[in-house]
Amino acid sequence: MSEGAPALLEMRGIVKSFPGVRALRGVDLTLAGGEVLALLGENGAGKSTLMRILGGAQQPDSGTIRLSGREVDLRTPHDAQRAGVAVIYQEFNLVPALTAAENIFLGRELSRFGFVARREQKRRARELFRRIGAEIHPDALCRDLSIAQQQMVEIAKALAFEARILVMDEPSAALTVHEVERLYAIIRDLKSHGIGIIYISHRLEEIFAVCDRVTVLRDGANAGESPVAEISRGGLIRLMVGRELTDEFPKRDTVRGEVRFEVRGLSRGRAVRDVSFDVRRGEVLAITGLIGAGRTEAMRAIFGADIPDAGKVSLDGRALSVGSPRDAIRAGIGFLTEDRKGQGLVLAHSVCQNFGLPNLGWLSRFGFVRRGVERDAFAQKIDSLRIKVPNQETVAGNLSGGNQQKVVLAKWLARQCDVLIFDEPTRGVDVGAKYEIYQLINELAGQGKAIVIVSSELPEVLGMADRIVVMHEGRITGEIDDPSHATQEQIMELAVA
Amino acid sequence: MNTFLRRFLFEYGMVVILVLLCAFFSVVTWSEQPATSDAAARQLGREIVARFGKDARVLLAVQDQAKETAFLRALERQLVSLGVHPVESISGEPKDARRVLQRQVAAGGKLDVVAGSDAAMSWLVFGEMGKDFPSLGSPHLVAARRYMWPNFLKSDNLRNIASQIAVIAIIAIGMTMVIIVGGIDLSVGSLVAVSAVLAALLIRDLAGGVTATPLAMIGCCTAAILTCALVGMFSGSMVTWFGVPPFIATLAIMSVGNGLAFKISKGESVGNLPDSFVWLGSGANFLGIPNSVVLMLFLYSAGHILMSRMKIGRYLYAVGGNREAARLSGVPVMPVLIFAYTVSGLLAGLGGVILASELKAGGPTYGQTYELQVISAVVIGGTSLSGGEGKMFRTLIGAFIMGVIKNGMNLTNVEANTQKIVLGLVILAAVLLDQLKHRGWGRRVPSES
Repeated sequence: MSEGAPALLEMRGIVKSFPGVRALRGVDLTLAGGEVLALLGENGAGKSTLMRILGGAQQPDSGTIRLSGREVDLRTPHDAQRAGVAVIYQEFNLVPALTAAENIFLGRELSRFGFVARREQKRRARELFRRIGAEIHPDALCRDLSIAQQQMVEIAKALAFEARILVMDEPSAALTVHEVERLYAIIRDLKSHGIGIIYISHRLEEIFAVCDRVTVLRDGANAGESPVAEISRGGLIRLMVGRELTDEFPKRDTVRGEVRFEVRGLSRGRAVRDVSFDVRRGEVLAITGLIGAGRTEAMRAIFGADIPDAGKVSLDGRALSVGSPRDAIRAGIGFLTEDRKGQGLVLAHSVCQNFGLPNLGWLSRFGFVRRGVERDAFAQKIDSLRIKVPNQETVAGNLSGGNQQKVVLAKWLARQCDVLIFDEPTRGVDVGAKYEIYQLINELAGQGKAIVIVSSELPEVLGMADRIVVMHEGRITGEIDDPSHATQEQIMELAVA
Repeated sequence: MNTFLRRFLFEYGMVVILVLLCAFFSVVTWSEQPATSDAAARQLGREIVARFGKDARVLLAVQDQAKETAFLRALERQLVSLGVHPVESISGEPKDARRVLQRQVAAGGKLDVVAGSDAAMSWLVFGEMGKDFPSLGSPHLVAARRYMWPNFLKSDNLRNIASQIAVIAIIAIGMTMVIIVGGIDLSVGSLVAVSAVLAALLIRDLAGGVTATPLAMIGCCTAAILTCALVGMFSGSMVTWFGVPPFIATLAIMSVGNGLAFKISKGESVGNLPDSFVWLGSGANFLGIPNSVVLMLFLYSAGHILMSRMKIGRYLYAVGGNREAARLSGVPVMPVLIFAYTVSGLLAGLGGVILASELKAGGPTYGQTYELQVISAVVIGGTSLSGGEGKMFRTLIGAFIMGVIKNGMNLTNVEANTQKIVLGLVILAAVLLDQLKHRGWGRRVPSES
């Protein structure tokens, strides 16, 4: 950055809160023209929120954004586009049924006398594709394009409205090695044209390959910043983790028994590749990794929510054939999903109805639900889990995150599952309720159940697990047998592989 | 108490609207009614004796109608018990009265009183008695006293409303289930025709036509109903296994059903059915309530219990409320969906049989636009088209609201096209109400990122 001339982009003191969460607490970010800035951080560090604010998709509570020294107010994605900011999200913003050329000019069609100038659009699209070296026919429908080609269309789209700032969120996630090389070439070309690029990735080697400078976020604040040339891989990881371990985790005496739950060679497409692990009686196994590592996908395949391509699951030495969640539940597996609102609860229904859902089998006789038995069973769980609800008819959507999670927990506890899989059990849960949930998990392990926790929070993983499995890009990249002597750096090293 | 009231209004606010509608139509149809009750007959008898004494020579006259004849018998009984023996009783038309009066003149008799129903007392022959038959003396005309009562609230009219909506309401039970699971069934109207035609054909050609035994008729109707259930199951399978959108799948079945009904009936109404076949549609064996209405109430009770007390009911709500959450909680989603469509088909079949029984024939045009009326009833009842919410009895109330509005407008001589406009606006208002309710609910939910 040269002194004097204002930076291309300057974000200062950006604050953003969501109910119960302070996602960003005064983040600064600068980007010069012709620079590739790596934005790094653990899951939930605030990278995506910051980029959504830059893209005009969300409004900051406070803070300023300056483009070339001029303060701007980006209220909508359209504002951001006009200001020259293009954000390429992980899920592309393309209309599958339109052609490549139509997508590039979507919302900003070139027109003549009110008619879309299709020939002109195609000509410009062809030009843009030539410039980034992409072999895409302007008339090709986007749904027929490969992921890499769709990404090229997104880049062409950004160039078409002369974006000066390009944000790429995990651009390499679904690309092959060859395609990534091509992406680097394009990035270098854009850079030479003075475009500033913000590059978000979990793959550290990419950051060393293509980025000039790196900004690290941690817990919604700046954790550090450095030219890439002056920092080591270990240094980056230290900046990313560095959260203090506190004694927010209840202690427990582990009595590990024989192997109860065994997963062998589980595969599903590109998301889950040859995953094998086992869990002993009374053991808490944590599976960690970064977003997109395939943890949730692996759990869904075990539970029959998605059908795996290959793999065996057995419980207490008995091979299970799981074709649907119903089969898994019958076999004694319980799954507390990561997405409570979308997959764990029927938000519009009462907590009692939600509680009853997986339990109606034993709660009914001759097809009739025994309401009294159901109420008593739920009342007992409300007591033992200390769920705060006015009454059993309360609508699930009106509860806090912690209480919702407890309702989900109650519904699985009533089923007496042998294996319980917790996917991000404390996401969106306040500190007090977190501790209670940890206690419950320990209690369940003490009862001899096999517990699997999927979590991105390294302190939680280190504090709760008896054993840790780390995944990266669908594979298990490491196992840590003694978490009490492990460090967050060690885990992160495996997670970024 | 306050919360209970609020909850009741929230859940059954439509009841209030129904009551208000009934009150409105009662007020606007408030009119004079001729008395034909037993009490009115006794009162009239006492009046005659009081005014004219026990020796009065009394002629009685009523119209030739079941109610009036009953009134006449009651009046006769009362007079006899008070010691008055009427000279003669007429139950017929004015010309019968004229013949009787001529006979009285011929016999040289005299009359003190002519009494009877309101309608008979207004006959011209009595009005001009003094001029035409002077020799009879100058008899007094005494009619039963009129009273004020809304046409809308007459028991005949109420029975009429109930039996008019019975078929729609019965089909709406299945539609409520389908809409609660987040689907829609457009095929019910044409399944009504298929079932009606099929039942009539089977009875005519296989069970021996007019000589068919009740048992054979039950068999034929059951076959027709089960056929429709199978068609419903087929639609459900298309929706679940092949992921065809419910609107499209049932739209296709609607067209197929319509064509089939015309083909198998060769485009004509199938008649030649035994008289006893009308038992289901037009009979009234219990407290004068039509059998179809009794059946409707029974089915609603069963539907209510199924939805609120049974496992399958819980599953239906859960699948509609959040299909993925339901699936991950071990709910057998596909069978539950197929169940809803099967019940919808089955009840459409039953509706067809009731209609055939009512009209003593099965025609391929039966049930046209029923799907829209049925969906309207469900929507007016407040069942959410986005699924997961709704109550069986609210659908019944929705059907009643439609029935009451139509009937009330008929009574107040509102012409048919205006009726359509009003019904359309009512449906829109119901949906708006549903939307407002949802926003209110949504506002209370904290939105997390």
